[in-house]
Amino acid sequence: MTLLKWFGRKSFSHGVHPQEHKDGTAHRAIRRLPFAPRMIVPLAQHIGKPSRPLVKVGEEVLRGQLIAEADGFMSVPQHAPATGVVEAIELMPSAQGPRVRSIVIKVYEASSQEVLCDQSQDVDNLDPDAIVQAVQASGLVGLGGAAFPSHVKLKVPAEHAIHTLVVNGCECEPFLTTDHRVMLEQTDDLIRGTRYAMRVVGAKRAVIGVEDNKMDAVETIRARLPADGNISVEAVETKYPQGSEKMLITSLLGLEVPSGGHTFHIGVVVNNVGTLAAMGQLLPRGRGLIERVVTVAGPGVSKPGNYRVPIGTPLRYLLGYAGFSGSAAEVILGGPMMGNAIASLDVPVTKGVSGVLVLSSNAIGQPRTVHPCIKCGQCVSACPIHLNPSQLGLLAAKREYDLMAEDFHLKDCIECGCCSFVCPSSIPLVQYFRIAKSVLRERAA
Amino acid sequence: MSPILHIAASGAFMASLGVTLASLLAFANRRLYVFEDPRIDQVDEMLPHANCGACGTAGCRQFAEALIDGRTDPGKCTVNTAETNQVIADLLGVAVGDHEKQVARLACGGGTHVARTRARYEGMKSCRAAALVSGGGKACSWGCLGLADCAEVCDFDAIAMDRHGLPLVDAAKCTACGDCIEVCPKGLFSLQPANHRLWVACKNQQLGDEAELECQVACTACGRCAADAPEGLLTLRNNLATVDYGNNRLASRIAIERCPTGAIVWLDNEGAVKGRDAKKVVRQEALPVG
Repeated sequence: MTLLKWFGRKSFSHGVHPQEHKDGTAHRAIRRLPFAPRMIVPLAQHIGKPSRPLVKVGEEVLRGQLIAEADGFMSVPQHAPATGVVEAIELMPSAQGPRVRSIVIKVYEASSQEVLCDQSQDVDNLDPDAIVQAVQASGLVGLGGAAFPSHVKLKVPAEHAIHTLVVNGCECEPFLTTDHRVMLEQTDDLIRGTRYAMRVVGAKRAVIGVEDNKMDAVETIRARLPADGNISVEAVETKYPQGSEKMLITSLLGLEVPSGGHTFHIGVVVNNVGTLAAMGQLLPRGRGLIERVVTVAGPGVSKPGNYRVPIGTPLRYLLGYAGFSGSAAEVILGGPMMGNAIASLDVPVTKGVSGVLVLSSNAIGQPRTVHPCIKCGQCVSACPIHLNPSQLGLLAAKREYDLMAEDFHLKDCIECGCCSFVCPSSIPLVQYFRIAKSVLRERAA
Repeated sequence: MSPILHIAASGAFMASLGVTLASLLAFANRRLYVFEDPRIDQVDEMLPHANCGACGTAGCRQFAEALIDGRTDPGKCTVNTAETNQVIADLLGVAVGDHEKQVARLACGGGTHVARTRARYEGMKSCRAAALVSGGGKACSWGCLGLADCAEVCDFDAIAMDRHGLPLVDAAKCTACGDCIEVCPKGLFSLQPANHRLWVACKNQQLGDEAELECQVACTACGRCAADAPEGLLTLRNNLATVDYGNNRLASRIAIERCPTGAIVWLDNEGAVKGRDAKKVVRQEALPVG
């Protein structure tokens, strides 16, 4: 750690180094995916309240048209990804498991890529509150994977002054290269979005943090930075989970988010590069979020790469286009460390899907036998939050969920999976913690 | 002073100290005495000491205290036999209390031989863990995952998994403690009085074929049960037949006879009985994955 600092490489303590597997897609430019014949737009694809549909079955919708409005502040609207007719508004499968109400659009065969509903606006003359409203109207959520409504993140409580906007370009998950490609190909959008976000939160400076395995992105952004010097780019050590906002703040600024606190408690707001690039692209045109970049990778597809995918495209269609042979052992949404395996290819690509991994049984290996904890402490020295996963794991086995939360800071766990990754006994520690958190959430409700 | 006197003096001192402290204790015993009804101990001894909480108190000792205070009645203890509860009632001179026995019931009939599985789940053997991974592999996103979290949590061995991976509740052993209700990630268990014999064993909120494609014994919301039953007993809500147990006295087997899938059942003492028109399920082995 100290040695790294002498050499000027910024980082945090603990963490792990999984194999990167990024070579397959990092050099492939983003390509546009054609429209699937049917699009499924779930009304709940973000954290918060589901949106309310504004269209009826049988109604024609245009690409970019508002089809569902936000239900309150903690919600976002949805826009039609393609021109077509609303076939149904019903319960459809989702990647999370429970079926969710979705708008199903039958796409017209001749539907063009032109966005037919937009309204240009001069964002530079809008005041911060108006920008927050414009962000909500665009339906933007955190594109890094959390799908937290972006306008809520930008609306910092008035008592907290923000000094720095941290822009997260780490992309520490193996296989994923969407943020990498966006930084290379949408550099101007990214810088524009960063300026908007700085204005809204009132930050004097912005730091774009990029892992040092993407030096080409660092150079590209540095060459386009505005002359005023308020925005800077820093390379940070390539280490998992560098892209967790708490870790990145520590690496770049040397600050620590207090236990149970938010980043704004220490005067920082963190946004993903993909989110800000989308903001810079959508706001001036007054458009809604109807497509996003998705990495399709893994040994199960013959045409891996980065695709610009309309929101609502069924996975079966996307994978078919990417040369999916149909013999995968496991399909994962997101990266291999934090992503979730899915049970059906009929689920749609939603706003929070950053990657689709198609793994063969060779890549997964045999399920490993779980052995008892030998108290080696490897999980303790891997946990980036400095929790004690071993102790938490023992308590979880006894269903002592309240004790875990009260005395061992379970709620600070970011579920990065470093503990499970290093455990020589193959104990599914992070799964235990997710179970514990889900039980506690249910009890609180 | 001679050594003898030394010993005598210290002995006398210790003795007087002992007498003083003893009288202090005797005084405190009188003045600070708290009367505790001896019947609390008596009743406590007759309770099962399962501390399950089904009676609504934190444990058996608190239940005994509540009984003595007359805040509850002996019948509330669902773990004890009726005879023991009667003995307690006789001892306290109160009525045993009219408490309909409650049992935990599962609102799902989709075993592996009738309900489709979309994907093979290979993670931790726990319903809770499976539910967090894309809802588990089952096609019906409401249905029982069959990984036995409920059987494991039950302190009374009242839940056993049947050959199709569905939990079977032994009504005689079930004490209605409610642990299975909390542990089930799909929320399929509920406590029901034993006289609620009309039961909808399904939570699938889809209509018609869509539900039946996922599970042969799903409620398809066809509405025949509601049409046949006396008015006010059955309604369709969220594409599910729903029994209004406020009108439970109207319940009879008529309601289940025309159910095409057998999702609505009549629970008699032998088990669940399906209606006349319900499709016969012949298959016994699990359906293939996919």
